[in-house]
Amino acid sequence: MTDPVSDCDVAVIGGGPSGLALATALRRMGVARVVVLERESEAGGIPRHCGHPPFGMREFGRVLTGPRYAERLVTAAVDAGVTIRSRTTVTAISPGPLLQLATPEGTERLSPRRVVLATGVRETPRSARLVSGDRALGVLTTGALQSTVYLKSRAPCRRPVILGSELVAFSALLTCRHAGIQPVAMVESEPRPVAWRAATALPRLMGVPFCAGSTVTRIHGNGRVTAVTLRDAAGVEKTLTCDGVVFSGRFTAEATLARMGHLETDPGTGGPRVDSLGRCSDPDYFAVGNVVHPADTAGRCWREGNALASTLVRSLAGELPTADSAVPLEVAGDIIRYVYPQRLPLARPPSPEAGIRIRFARAARGRLVVRRGNESVLERRARVLPERQMQWRLPASILSSADEPLVFHFEPE
Amino acid sequence: MTRQVHEPPFPDGRLARDTDPSVDPGHRFDVIVIGAGVVGCAVARRLALAGAEVLVVEKAADILDGASKGNSAILHTGFDAPPGSLEQSCIAEGYAEFLDIHERLNLPLVRSGALVVAWTPEQEARLDGIVEQAHRNDVEDVVRISIEEAGNREPGLGPGALGAVSVPGESLVDPWSTPFAYLLQAMAHGTRVLRGCVVENGSFDGGCWTLQTNQGELTTTHVVNCAGLYGDLVHRALSGDEAEFHIHPRKGQFVVYDKSACALSSSILLPVPTETTKGIVVCPTVFGNLLVGPTAEDQESRDDASVEADTLAMLKREGERILPALAGHAVTAIYAGLRPATERKEYRVLEDAARNYLCLGGIRSTGLSAALGLANIAARWLTDGGSAFVPPRAIDWPAAPAISEHGERDWMRAGNDGMVCHCELVTRREVLAALDGPLPARSLAGLKRRTRVTMGRCQGFYCSAELADLAADRFEEPLARAPEEATG
Repeated sequence: MTDPVSDCDVAVIGGGPSGLALATALRRMGVARVVVLERESEAGGIPRHCGHPPFGMREFGRVLTGPRYAERLVTAAVDAGVTIRSRTTVTAISPGPLLQLATPEGTERLSPRRVVLATGVRETPRSARLVSGDRALGVLTTGALQSTVYLKSRAPCRRPVILGSELVAFSALLTCRHAGIQPVAMVESEPRPVAWRAATALPRLMGVPFCAGSTVTRIHGNGRVTAVTLRDAAGVEKTLTCDGVVFSGRFTAEATLARMGHLETDPGTGGPRVDSLGRCSDPDYFAVGNVVHPADTAGRCWREGNALASTLVRSLAGELPTADSAVPLEVAGDIIRYVYPQRLPLARPPSPEAGIRIRFARAARGRLVVRRGNESVLERRARVLPERQMQWRLPASILSSADEPLVFHFEPE
Repeated sequence: MTRQVHEPPFPDGRLARDTDPSVDPGHRFDVIVIGAGVVGCAVARRLALAGAEVLVVEKAADILDGASKGNSAILHTGFDAPPGSLEQSCIAEGYAEFLDIHERLNLPLVRSGALVVAWTPEQEARLDGIVEQAHRNDVEDVVRISIEEAGNREPGLGPGALGAVSVPGESLVDPWSTPFAYLLQAMAHGTRVLRGCVVENGSFDGGCWTLQTNQGELTTTHVVNCAGLYGDLVHRALSGDEAEFHIHPRKGQFVVYDKSACALSSSILLPVPTETTKGIVVCPTVFGNLLVGPTAEDQESRDDASVEADTLAMLKREGERILPALAGHAVTAIYAGLRPATERKEYRVLEDAARNYLCLGGIRSTGLSAALGLANIAARWLTDGGSAFVPPRAIDWPAAPAISEHGERDWMRAGNDGMVCHCELVTRREVLAALDGPLPARSLAGLKRRTRVTMGRCQGFYCSAELADLAADRFEEPLARAPEEATG
């Protein structure tokens, strides 16, 4: 490659809430050259196509729609002196750090002192869920639905089935209402809504049946979707006429750069493995926001981005403890979806405790156990729900050795 | 926004025909090729290069919409074809010609090589026979290798392999750009294409064919039936021949793993074949993915290419048995193809010289490799029949769009107008070229095949909105409707 190389202090890959908050805070803390690399034509991230409230309470003290919120984030960043490069795709990362960029004008390279992955999440599409049936037009994700409705004022379907009941599924409902789309059903395989118990109020208000404990077992349609087969909790199947299927949620990290690059990735999050300072396996690289923990609200990501700035300033000043001595955290079984961070540095002097977060794949009641080798070093009773997060402050006493991983396991009763 | 201003091609909202002003009812073509699958495209090319005036009619809204849309994207050497068979000679001829022409058509060829891996003692006992058969087919470089050597070449290979045969010539190709390029070259030499054109019947008056289609009557001297999954029906409609030629579609399902998995195997990993199928292959692709498939499921339907969750899960298990590290990788796409199998294993080349009619049927699984060889059969048939054509003095070599991971992609070049599909790195300029260029895409499926948009890991999460905008008014089945229609 003979592409020109430019440099900067910090390059943030991804201009969503966490990336913009971080870049803005870095500038305000005096970091000179902060660049946000955004592959879309405008920065702002997913909120750009969530045309409904509530966004921005924490950040701006008022309730905004997603697009207004995204605009405010971009304005704040630009006002703070952040360089936002839109229509700029990072195609590869490597040690150095060195980034390969693609723009409408071709390729170039960027060699920042630190790189932050803030690339966010995407939903798991039909293909990765291995759903039977025809590969018809009208099978989409909430992200595709929202961006088509809010950015392009078009409707990809008129009477879809919405799969899932995470928070984003209700965003799909609101998007449908905005566009005059009438969903024929909301289908959730769990026995109750995943987002929160009272969540069925919104579909009821919109006249959309909520089918708990049900799954779509087949998609029909030669050309466009014409129907789905729905299997209810009792195993009874029926055909539901529709012209679209919206696969919502089951977020996975948009972390191809890490996977195809040199960074270690976590099987649970799909994103880069990070330590409690947000550092990746290459300590010149950091990660923040939903790419680390698929997926939380924009507000939460913004707060994390904001908070990471001081760590990066210390890193640039060479003031962070080295990354080489850390206790790896791992997950066993299929009830825990992921634990993060995935490495806890052995601090000197030791901190009294270390905060971690755990997200669960399904509902269970039993004991959450932490093992080192064959030894159980910590446990607590818990009743867990899918997609909910648990915060846990681990006592420093169990962070004694970097040699052996701590393995998190849930033993149901 | 630098989108080109254009008239919507279908102002009335219906699928417009490829209205070529010179396809008037009275015009008599030298040859009508029925079916724009890989065989039809290759035949059109060959006959156009021989100097014939060719019309290709395709019943679907776009080309490559039947058997040719779902194969395993391998250019076979024919090492395992029945020795002395028509299939074997077509593959050998097709393979050699592809090597000769692919660079001029800008078509990728990845010489990955293949390993035939035996996992049971019964399979191992057949490996020497495979080598011997390959040598009888003049594929001389096929050799038995030790399991250690196989492991050295493919360190990701799972436990339990007992032996292997190396087939260095087996290669990866782009299954869509390849036939598309054949047809583009045919079009550069005067071939015309009518899509959405269904041949319903035909009659031959001793010198001239009249085909009844949903787009009116078409006139031609010769007919080549390359109708794939519908080849037997077209054959009976045109020839009245009640020959034993019935298509029994055989479905093959595939799972495609994300690009992170591609590095797990550099070779095509073939099983020891059975009588009915080559078996489940683990295979890198020119697009940088890794695919596992196909199954072989006989069915009645000629267009039901649905996938089954249980089968896809079985393919994943099989893939992970062969390459255990696959377990940590995500599936990005699932698909099924239908092979036009018949009651016999061999190709069904049926000619009626007295009626200027040739049928290239039952090309059940090796069509991508054999197409250029089959096209030579059509060319010999045409000229042996006494027709004299004047080949073009200079041959045009239109370049296929470069969409594989091998070679310079459009996003690497200035003026690409930015990325539309982030997973497959497809630019706005590429999408517009596919929508506005020769033989423009008529469906999302057609656009996917030409550019790879939405074929990556997000399956349209990020780019659907942009595509709906770019492709507005272009497709029979729109990706999204304007709000006033949407609520209608």
